[in-house]
Amino acid sequence: MDVNFSPDELAFRDEVRAFLRDNLPAGMRDRVRRGDDRCLREDIPAWQRILHGRGWGAAWWPRQFGGTGWSKAQQFLFETECALACAPSQLAFGLKMVAPVLMRFGNVEQQQRFLPRILDGSDWWCQGYSEPNSGSDLASLETRAERDGDAYLVNGQKSWTTLGQFADWIFCLVRTDPKAKPQRGISFLLVEMKTPGISVRPTRLLDGRHEVNEVWFDNVRVPIENRVGGENEGWTCAKYLLGHERTNLGGIGGAKRELERLLALAASIERDGRPLLDDALFSTRIAEVEIELTALTLTNLRVIFAEARREAPGPEASMLKIRCTEVMQRISELEVDALGARALEFDDSFDDEAEAQVTRAVRAYLNQRKLTIYGGSNEIQRNIIAQMILKV
Amino acid sequence: MDFSFSEEQLLLETTTRRFFASEYSFERRFDILRSEAGWSRDVWRQLGELGLLSVSIPEEHGGVAAGPVGAMLVSQAVGAGLLLEPYHSSALVATHAIARLGSVEQRERWLPDLASGERVAVLAHEEPRAVLDLSRMSTRATRVQRGWVLNGHKFGVYHAPMADLLLVSARLDDGKTALFALPSSLPEIARRNFRTVDGQRAADLRFENVCVSDDAYLSAGADAELLEVLDFGIATLCAEAVGCLRRVLEATIEYSRARTQFGVPIASFQALQHRMADMLIRVEEARSMSYLATTRALDADAGSRRAALSGAKALIGKAARRVGQEAVQLHGGMGMTDELDISHHFKRLLAFELRFGTTDEHLETYRQQMLAAYRRSENTSHG
Repeated sequence: MDVNFSPDELAFRDEVRAFLRDNLPAGMRDRVRRGDDRCLREDIPAWQRILHGRGWGAAWWPRQFGGTGWSKAQQFLFETECALACAPSQLAFGLKMVAPVLMRFGNVEQQQRFLPRILDGSDWWCQGYSEPNSGSDLASLETRAERDGDAYLVNGQKSWTTLGQFADWIFCLVRTDPKAKPQRGISFLLVEMKTPGISVRPTRLLDGRHEVNEVWFDNVRVPIENRVGGENEGWTCAKYLLGHERTNLGGIGGAKRELERLLALAASIERDGRPLLDDALFSTRIAEVEIELTALTLTNLRVIFAEARREAPGPEASMLKIRCTEVMQRISELEVDALGARALEFDDSFDDEAEAQVTRAVRAYLNQRKLTIYGGSNEIQRNIIAQMILKV
Repeated sequence: MDFSFSEEQLLLETTTRRFFASEYSFERRFDILRSEAGWSRDVWRQLGELGLLSVSIPEEHGGVAAGPVGAMLVSQAVGAGLLLEPYHSSALVATHAIARLGSVEQRERWLPDLASGERVAVLAHEEPRAVLDLSRMSTRATRVQRGWVLNGHKFGVYHAPMADLLLVSARLDDGKTALFALPSSLPEIARRNFRTVDGQRAADLRFENVCVSDDAYLSAGADAELLEVLDFGIATLCAEAVGCLRRVLEATIEYSRARTQFGVPIASFQALQHRMADMLIRVEEARSMSYLATTRALDADAGSRRAALSGAKALIGKAARRVGQEAVQLHGGMGMTDELDISHHFKRLLAFELRFGTTDEHLETYRQQMLAAYRRSENTSHG
């Protein structure tokens, strides 16, 4: 047993670091650092193209589909280093969500049509799962798809569609058999966003940003060949997608970056004539969360190791989701606490560096309430853990 | 990165678990707990025969030399089984101290008897707040002709009542620290034996002009070496706590599935399910930190070792408090009884929180390390 990375793994990390140093454009990096999302539509595909140019477009994919074929440990190091370097996040909806479903359940035509365009950043995907009345109880979804010749006619509404305003495609769960048991009457459809009958309406969030949307379907014609898997077998795809990411690789690097920022912030703020970082009460709170992040990181590595040895999956995906989101929220709370009354100022300007810092921290605190709600709320995750350990 | 164990390490773990399953039932332990001595020399010799007392002894002295990982696996089983005999104090900490700091002659004199279970040794180090901050240590050793004179006071030394040999830490005239090996039977040592909250035996020891000869002197006089011994003690105590935590969680899960109220198992209530899910998370994070403590226990880099060990002790201490309390609560009235092992685990976990530096002391130590690391990184990036 050894918690340290091997020399090979460290060499790999250094290679990723060097690549990021030489290839991550400074403007992009600074926008991510400041939380400036005004160029998201351009930055995300541009960064995807840069990574693709190096052959690193899809760290998680097998080689046969143009992925890297990296081990889970390498994927972890790659994601952590990218986040620490303030690289734009790669879009999970295409790369980590619909792509694995296509690889597992899609036919060859679908794989050849969609995967290369995800890999090179041509297509922006979004997710059509949640509906106004179907959140945790996803299988109760009501968006209908009825056969009409060689197509489905889709009617209904999806909600909380993240970055749907930029999307070229949406993958949707739709009800194709209203009479069957809820899970048995669902199909998995790929829908082009420019299809007539689709309208996207912004849902403004508490942080003032436009991040999520309602997507309305009004007699939208979707060719049958855009269905992945069999008709009424979409729930299998949905479950596969939700269970695919056991290890929640993305979060740790982001949390480490935020913690570094918190330390720097506390060192820069003066309280009672000395840096806030020297205040025993406040720095003890930072110390507690830093220790928790260390424990979370090691737990994540243990899960990766178990997965590589193909040990039977347990409740670890839920465990990591709960703790990673709690730790990130905790860090953002501490940033607001560090700012104190200065955090009241909420100006949506990126021109003044200091002001932008304050607003970014407050916005992050507000925005990150989502972490414990989305992706299966933390209460649902606790249900999953309980079912596994209690077998009730 | 490797979270697997070698065959030898797994064998050691299996041996220990088998011993507890077949030889250390709750009833047998209960009898030992109630006995005058509070430990069983038979059990101790059995552990010696199984080779478990020599995991910290180097091969050249006939030991198993299982290293921190082997010691961790045995300690997990010791914690789960609530062993009352001085495994951690004698077979791990004191034995490691002698192996690490003793001269060849001293090692040859003491290690064989410690390995066989003929003798028990303990490290007498604890003083208020002086566990990690050796500058607070008040016990003194003064040089005299052909020996030393010890004066001082050690508090709550676990397993001192059953020890044959005391390894007493003391500050020398030049400010350095050293260990002195004393026969526990010396009449000049004033002692007050007592039972601890977790049913073990300990003593306050008072040294007033206790004269020892030169061959009792046990180290080159470096603080770093004593701290390393203490960190090995912290890492293995953390492993004990993790074994205890896992058992407590298992017991709570089993109990909630068996206990019926309102016509259904109480495990079917979501209010309790979520609490057990949180217990699992804390136990797994405690285990992760125990792995970190084990890997860093002998790390020569004192800074990274200090942060890892104190971080682990602080996080596992909090898990011990929370998971222990939750386990009692979820057992209801049964969690309060002396007849069920859950209350014994609860008290063992409480003792863990308080020993080898409390949770708060380690959190403070970690905080200091964190600030120092931040300043170093600032200086590097600006200089």
